[in-house]
Amino acid sequence: MSASLKPKHQRLVLVIVALCVLIGAGLLAAYALRNQASYFYVPSDIVADPPEPGQAVRLGGMVADGSIETMDDGVTIRFTVTDGQASVPVEFSGIIPDLFVEGSGVVAEGSMGPTAFIATNLLAKHDENYMPRELQDMTEAQQREVVAETYEAQAQ
Amino acid sequence: MIAELGLALLWFAAAFALLQLFTGLLSLREAGAGFAESVRPVAVMQGVLVTLSFLALIWLFLRTDLSVLLVASNSHVDKPFVFKLAGTWGNHEGSMLLWVTVMALSGAAIALLERRLPERTMLATLAAQAFVSLGFYAFLLFSSNPFTRLEPAARVGAGLNPLLQDLGLAFHPPTLYLGYVGLSVAFSFAVGALMTRQVGPQFARAMRPWVLGAWIFLTIGITAGSYWAYYELGWGGWWFWDPVENASLMPWLAATALLHSVSVLAARDALRIWTIMLGVVAFSMSMVGTFLVRSGVLTSVHSFAVSPERGSFILALLCLYIGGALVLFGLRASTVNEGKQFAWSSREAALVFNNVALTAILGIVLVGTLYPLLTEAFGVRVSVGPPYFNPVGAIFAFPMVVVMAIGPLLRWREDRFARVGRRMIAPVAIFAIALVAALVLAPGIGILPLLGLALAAMLAVASVLPVLGRNPRRVKLAVWGMVVGHFGLAVALAGMASNAAFTTERLAAAAIGDTVAVGPWDVTLSEIEPIAGPNWTALEGTMTARYRGGAPVVLRPQARNFFSPPTATNESALATRWNGQLYAVLGQEADGGRWQLRLWWKPFVTLIWIGGLMVALGGLLALIGRVIADWKQRAIRVRLAERREYREAQP
Amino acid sequence: MSAPTPGRRSRWTIWLPLALFIGFVALVAYGLMAPGERDVRSAMVGNPLPQFTLPAGVEGTPGLSRADFTKGEPRLLNIFASWCVPCAVEAPQLDTLAAQGVPIDGVAIRDRSEDIAQFLDRNGNPYRAIGKDDVSAVQLGIGSSGVPETFVIDGEGIIRYQHMGPIMERDIAQIMSEWRKAKEPL
Repeated sequence: MSASLKPKHQRLVLVIVALCVLIGAGLLAAYALRNQASYFYVPSDIVADPPEPGQAVRLGGMVADGSIETMDDGVTIRFTVTDGQASVPVEFSGIIPDLFVEGSGVVAEGSMGPTAFIATNLLAKHDENYMPRELQDMTEAQQREVVAETYEAQAQ
Repeated sequence: MIAELGLALLWFAAAFALLQLFTGLLSLREAGAGFAESVRPVAVMQGVLVTLSFLALIWLFLRTDLSVLLVASNSHVDKPFVFKLAGTWGNHEGSMLLWVTVMALSGAAIALLERRLPERTMLATLAAQAFVSLGFYAFLLFSSNPFTRLEPAARVGAGLNPLLQDLGLAFHPPTLYLGYVGLSVAFSFAVGALMTRQVGPQFARAMRPWVLGAWIFLTIGITAGSYWAYYELGWGGWWFWDPVENASLMPWLAATALLHSVSVLAARDALRIWTIMLGVVAFSMSMVGTFLVRSGVLTSVHSFAVSPERGSFILALLCLYIGGALVLFGLRASTVNEGKQFAWSSREAALVFNNVALTAILGIVLVGTLYPLLTEAFGVRVSVGPPYFNPVGAIFAFPMVVVMAIGPLLRWREDRFARVGRRMIAPVAIFAIALVAALVLAPGIGILPLLGLALAAMLAVASVLPVLGRNPRRVKLAVWGMVVGHFGLAVALAGMASNAAFTTERLAAAAIGDTVAVGPWDVTLSEIEPIAGPNWTALEGTMTARYRGGAPVVLRPQARNFFSPPTATNESALATRWNGQLYAVLGQEADGGRWQLRLWWKPFVTLIWIGGLMVALGGLLALIGRVIADWKQRAIRVRLAERREYREAQP
Repeated sequence: MSAPTPGRRSRWTIWLPLALFIGFVALVAYGLMAPGERDVRSAMVGNPLPQFTLPAGVEGTPGLSRADFTKGEPRLLNIFASWCVPCAVEAPQLDTLAAQGVPIDGVAIRDRSEDIAQFLDRNGNPYRAIGKDDVSAVQLGIGSSGVPETFVIDGEGIIRYQHMGPIMERDIAQIMSEWRKAKEPL
């Protein structure tokens, strides 16, 4: 049908169609990113303004001392993630990363459940650059920094 | 001595690249036409010199010459031979040298073999190629010298990252690199054609083998990389939408679009400007990918030595090449002569749709990859994963699969939809059957896996229609390539959808002698033993797995600890059947002498990589077909010319 | 798309890719320049060293504990390992510093005594004492994120300065001046 169109018109139609599709893709991407990107939270953020249950987020902080307990099934653990101000209970079923110990920094991927944060994946960096630190005697600013460091442990 | 020789050869090669750039540019002017004859020999010489330099580096790695900093930081005397060899390019400096070597060899190959292009475009192409190479030479010589000495020499060396000490991975990065470099050749062709404004079918035919070659390597590289991540990371997934993976996917998407638009240009002389644009975009994507991986602006599971300084250098190169090419494009594009028009119901139109869809997917992947960087500028930390990429990508990928099924059935120039409609009856029927069957077999199936399975079935049937009922010997090899490639994509899509829809997972703590069921398998943990490898120790679990009570299969997953440098990894174990894979990972010791086990039954997951390899095989068939056809044509032309000369010589 | 016709309508689309590319470059350039993202400075700078006691790294030398750093004289604390190549690269610079009278103590991370001894034989031994830190306890305690790293500790045991990565020729002056500054109390 377009064989009868003038060359100039066919070109124009093509450019417009392609631009519409690409702009559509851009708008779609922008819309989806607002909803689907998983935001990073520290425990105090979660306490102040919890994300929607089921919304995928990342939770970063320190594993509180003495908080890791293993459930009877042998594969589920519960622990508390803290940033020094607030704490969030976390539940995780799966294979625990080697460097995951009390007092270490951790990034948990997952979403808020009814009673705890349900983690689907725990990230702890597997090399010499991994740096957890005690939270004791640290000022709030320093705790923020510690949390910032655990961003480094974000492996994905 | 060898290190100094290698460095000297590298300097000489760089000097020849400079010479190639200047003689190439001068010969384009009338006053400098005398230089035209020297461009080709200079390009060949550059290739020879840099190859020798790369061989020197390989020699140093094979000898484990620990007085060279690069060898000491990336190799170890006790390392097996293959990994010593792979150590050559398994690091930043070595991989850059490999890049520039392959690039110079491609330049030499063009100089020796390419006779179809108009001479001026050819000279401009070689000059552009030299310009691109020079950036990498500067990078190597001024900021990443691979031949730097270490004083005093190290004693044993440092070792490769153990995650990377794997045969598959030793050859994975160079495969991708060959793809990237192939795209740089396509880029040089595009720039050369822009400089002389000679864009047409001849240009497309000269460029096509390089695009095809690059695309084949990228396909193999991505397929192998995906399988590596699947069995090495121990997470049971085959694609994580990680920045490093996206960095290899984006050039592939652009190269796929380019491949198809080059076909339109070669066959119908349409899409001139668009093809040139894609040539620039495809190479930009390889550079962007390299930049994102090496600069550390994005964090990734696949860690490379990351350095902002190198990132700045690559970014500067990127600006120079791509910025320069786009300015040239803006200035010249509107002066390139007009190509041909086409009808909406034609093969060309389907390919245009395919190009737009691929570009949209490319944009979506690029935006998703860069989004964390954008929000970081506003102080918000996010990560973007499958919940974004899968559905948004599918919105454009699924219509594209439909067009992939129809397109090859359409004729060039103009076709009637009614004729094609009749041929599409069988594929559409298969689509409906697969849809219903999947809904009956798995009522809870997600919308994406459901459509994926049905579309895969439709594409598989539609893709063989172009050769159905024809004498296989009389079908051109390039057509076979298309059929195999499209069929391979259907196979891979089926694997992806099946894995997403039917995977069963089981996480359990098992004592010795316990049996865990996952899908149709019963897995018994029989023992846990410590074992030692050349540079690691591990706990190895022995499991006996039975498929529906059949013959036992032994699986040995390990939890490994490397000591140089100290790192822990999980080595998964796989049992492969024709209809899927059992995937086992050993975790830590739980209370009461129990061990954490993670098991997956993944029906038809292997189709993903089999399909990927079929896609690459399709590309290879097309490449061979095109090269043979070109060669025959040339032989005919030579014979015609001889005959004409003979006739003219007759009185 | 298939061909250009010289017309006003299509001119701007030709420059669109360049505009997008410039946007991309601006974004990643910002990402590259953003400060402090990759170099994680220790939050412990300005704070006292944590308590620790480490066994000797090589036989016949003393071990290392916090008490060694509170004797009124500023010292360097160098985190290293025999398996670390950059540590071998920085060894001559440490020797230079030691020759200029700077006292240096070492902490060897996840190492074996015989490997440390070999390393010292080969690269020289600038250390007064070496502690062996098998679980990276001290490294983590003072907020070091990798090897090698060097800290200036003043006479009161307070961390005054952190140098990340190998000490190169060009870093010596800076470290000397930080060490001299550490002689003055905060």
